[in-house]
Amino acid sequence: MENPYLPYPVRIDNITTETEDRNLKTFKFVFINPEDEAKFAYTPGQFAELSIAGKGEIPIGIASSPTEKGHIDFTVNKVGKVTTHLHNMKEGDVMGVRGPLGNWYPWEEMEGKNVVIIGGGFAFTTLRSSIVYMLEPENRSRFENITVVYGARSPGMLLYKDELMEWEKRDDLDMHITVDGTDDPDWKYNIGFVPAVTEQKVTSAENAIAIVCGPPIMIRFTQPVLEKLDFPPENIILSLENRMKCGIGICGHCNIGEKFVCKDGPVFSLARLKELPPDY
Amino acid sequence: MIEYTQKIRETAKRLLSDGVVDVFIGYRKGSVPMMNEPVLVRDPGDVEVLHWDSNCGLNLCNYLTGRTDKVGILATGCVSRNIVTHVIENQITREQLHIVGVPCTGIINHRAVKRAVKYREITEVVEEPGSGRFTVKGPGYEETLEKTGLLQLNCATCRHRNPVEYDELVADAVPEQEDIQEFKDVEKIEAMEPDKKWAFFERAISSCIRCYACRNACPLCYCPTCFVDESNPQWVGKSIDPTDTMTFHFLRAFHCAGRCTDCGACERVCPVGIPVRQFTKKLNKDCIELFDWEAGLSLESRPPLDVYRKEDPNDFIR
Amino acid sequence: MSAKIFSKDEWVGVLEGLKDDYRVYVPVREGDYHNFRVLEAGTRPSFDFQNTRMSAKFLAEPQSERMFVYTLDEKDPDAHILKEEEKAIPPLAVVGIRPCDAYAFKLVRRNFDTPDYKDPFWIKRYEATTFVGLGCNDPCKTCFCASAGSGPFDRKGLDVLLYDIGDAYLAQPLTDKGEALLDKAAGGKEADDASWKTAQALTRQVAGKISSRVPTDKLKDKDVNELYGASFWEDVAFSCINCGTCTYLCPTCWCFDVQDEVQRLPMAGDRIRNWDSCMFPLFTLHGSGHNPRSQKTERVRQRFMHKLKYYVDKYDNGIQCVGCGRCVQFCPVNIDIRKVAEKMNSL
Repeated sequence: MENPYLPYPVRIDNITTETEDRNLKTFKFVFINPEDEAKFAYTPGQFAELSIAGKGEIPIGIASSPTEKGHIDFTVNKVGKVTTHLHNMKEGDVMGVRGPLGNWYPWEEMEGKNVVIIGGGFAFTTLRSSIVYMLEPENRSRFENITVVYGARSPGMLLYKDELMEWEKRDDLDMHITVDGTDDPDWKYNIGFVPAVTEQKVTSAENAIAIVCGPPIMIRFTQPVLEKLDFPPENIILSLENRMKCGIGICGHCNIGEKFVCKDGPVFSLARLKELPPDY
Repeated sequence: MIEYTQKIRETAKRLLSDGVVDVFIGYRKGSVPMMNEPVLVRDPGDVEVLHWDSNCGLNLCNYLTGRTDKVGILATGCVSRNIVTHVIENQITREQLHIVGVPCTGIINHRAVKRAVKYREITEVVEEPGSGRFTVKGPGYEETLEKTGLLQLNCATCRHRNPVEYDELVADAVPEQEDIQEFKDVEKIEAMEPDKKWAFFERAISSCIRCYACRNACPLCYCPTCFVDESNPQWVGKSIDPTDTMTFHFLRAFHCAGRCTDCGACERVCPVGIPVRQFTKKLNKDCIELFDWEAGLSLESRPPLDVYRKEDPNDFIR
Repeated sequence: MSAKIFSKDEWVGVLEGLKDDYRVYVPVREGDYHNFRVLEAGTRPSFDFQNTRMSAKFLAEPQSERMFVYTLDEKDPDAHILKEEEKAIPPLAVVGIRPCDAYAFKLVRRNFDTPDYKDPFWIKRYEATTFVGLGCNDPCKTCFCASAGSGPFDRKGLDVLLYDIGDAYLAQPLTDKGEALLDKAAGGKEADDASWKTAQALTRQVAGKISSRVPTDKLKDKDVNELYGASFWEDVAFSCINCGTCTYLCPTCWCFDVQDEVQRLPMAGDRIRNWDSCMFPLFTLHGSGHNPRSQKTERVRQRFMHKLKYYVDKYDNGIQCVGCGRCVQFCPVNIDIRKVAEKMNSL
């Protein structure tokens, strides 16, 4: 019997510090056993458990797109025991990755539709995966207009800055970068909270699906903006977090009602969430 | 003590109606024999739910931590001492409280009663008002027993049955027990050779399932994150490894040193019958011997581990 | 195979004989109560009990269980890589388990054995176990198995059902595993009609003895958000001290926590799992510091909603409870699931 608790061994190939406070780093992993990469076939929106022997496991959204071969990337915030240890590891170190876990963004429903992506802060990781996936030439024509609004507290806190600026220049997507505030006189993008910028830049819910990922407060203020545009709750997609341990719907920690965030989620439509008790 | 019930209901009704308190904390009659459930009453119309008898053995002071409203609370001797300690430790203010003192003749030891009826099923226990007698009923039998021989172990050696701090009493004070050899059980363990002593404690914790009922029932244990739950640094492992389990019990006892009133709640609630008081009782004895100190007797005195006095023992400094 | 009769005089000898083929668990008196222990030299089985204090769930899910081992010695090419332990599970047999506790395994299996993920630790232990149940001649007043899908002589989850007919046990095989065990059991003789009649009379007599009835028929149709927002939770939860007694004694609770432990000499460690309880405040604490169930009332509500509503909705096969009554008897503050079920069912 296969053991779903056993991680694939991986090696850290590259570490990039993303934010100026150094609390967010992107880790690029390569599989020690090459055949594991095919077993780890994933879809944007999913997460994996990063496993460090002697420390524990953490559930982290997959930041790379399945179209990026040879490695899998995760952007990790330093908050506790495992993440602190991870942040102190070096390129070449060995650890484990278990997954892919959870469900994914509703790619089938999104075909032929306008895609609106709204992200804030550290939650942008699986959104990066989604954008890279959609922009891949063989995928781009499956979707109509792509609008992205992504913001952080300040320029130094934005993730994937180089990529964001590249995307901003492209004409096959509308990339709106924003920060809550900055005293950089050369800042050429937006200044304003994500919900406010969303209100300005997203003008129609026509044939559109919105994916929203961010801290609870950002979601709380973005939801009315989308509802005012008449986005039906089935077309507002959220990705939740919860305390997880096994990641496979067995240990019982992450339930919301009868659903497990790790297995029936983490992606839920707003319509689905409203049916569940507000236990998150 | 079942005869206190009516007075308690009247008192609670008066305190709530007059606005002296916002809430009243007492017990409601349990759904199984020898158990009563702590209850919080807000409405003077609900006071009929309140009940008192010799099975009110939890420590209601446990429910005071963090409250910001005006609270009426029932308190026997030991519970009143815990309330004093709670006030001294800034977990509640005296002004918030209206302590309704309950002079206590002792809580029934539910385990001893089960042994006394040879483990036959008990379906009902009826207390006779005003006497120490209670009748135990089960399928095909009925036995009337005397409370005196079947008290909880802490009640059998209790020297503070009457509340030490209160705003009113529900009954006349009861005579305190005399000629009590409170620490005979501790002395027995003290006299053991080290390996026998260690074996005693190993056996004591061998059935521990780390449910933390003992810790959670104790009014002294109010840390927002207990040391056993910390993960960074992780002081104690979370498995049932005997060393980790022993660490939990010993360290918890030391955290209670100088504060424990031997209310017996910890031992009462343990689902696997561990003699939990044997950890703290030794420290209580030490406090009496070293510092002439018993916890919670007066709002005016600070505990010995909290304050330096010139006459503190220092013969261990060589 | 037909049923066998074993006299009570020969019974312990029969169990001892099974040790050649099984690791046998029997109820043993320890102080004021009984628990299942491995039958070894010096063990004295005791069937003079209503139910064990701890349930038998440890057979498939030990309270602390090693999942993986690893070395942290940098000189080892496998350093930091988790490895499965070479662990052979011998055939296990539990004798004297009550029908409620055996049925509990079937409820719990739905969690560990799903189409998407199978938990090899739990499944291997469960499948290695033969369940020899002892029907209840004398149920507790707090038992409500009949309201929870089980009963004093219910067969679900059992491989053999024992009827205590006075001076003997009538052992009825219910499955192939049960037949295999009775085949290996020395002694006994074929059950005669008279013994069968006694056994059947017993089952009829006992059926009426489950006096505790708990209404659960309307739970499925209740709106989950209405139950969640009900006003009675504050009162239900007030006395709770958030210990793990109910969850640890409960045969249908299974939540666990995974921990890594490390030694220094040699530089190695294990990944273990331990029982965990939704009653504990840290159960839902996020790394960010947010805790959706930081308040006691929220946690108490979660327990009863899970047992009496979420499980009902998820599996459409009854409540996540077998009515064993342990939580009713041993909750230190007397929170009674029967009363809570009544409140929820009649909302």
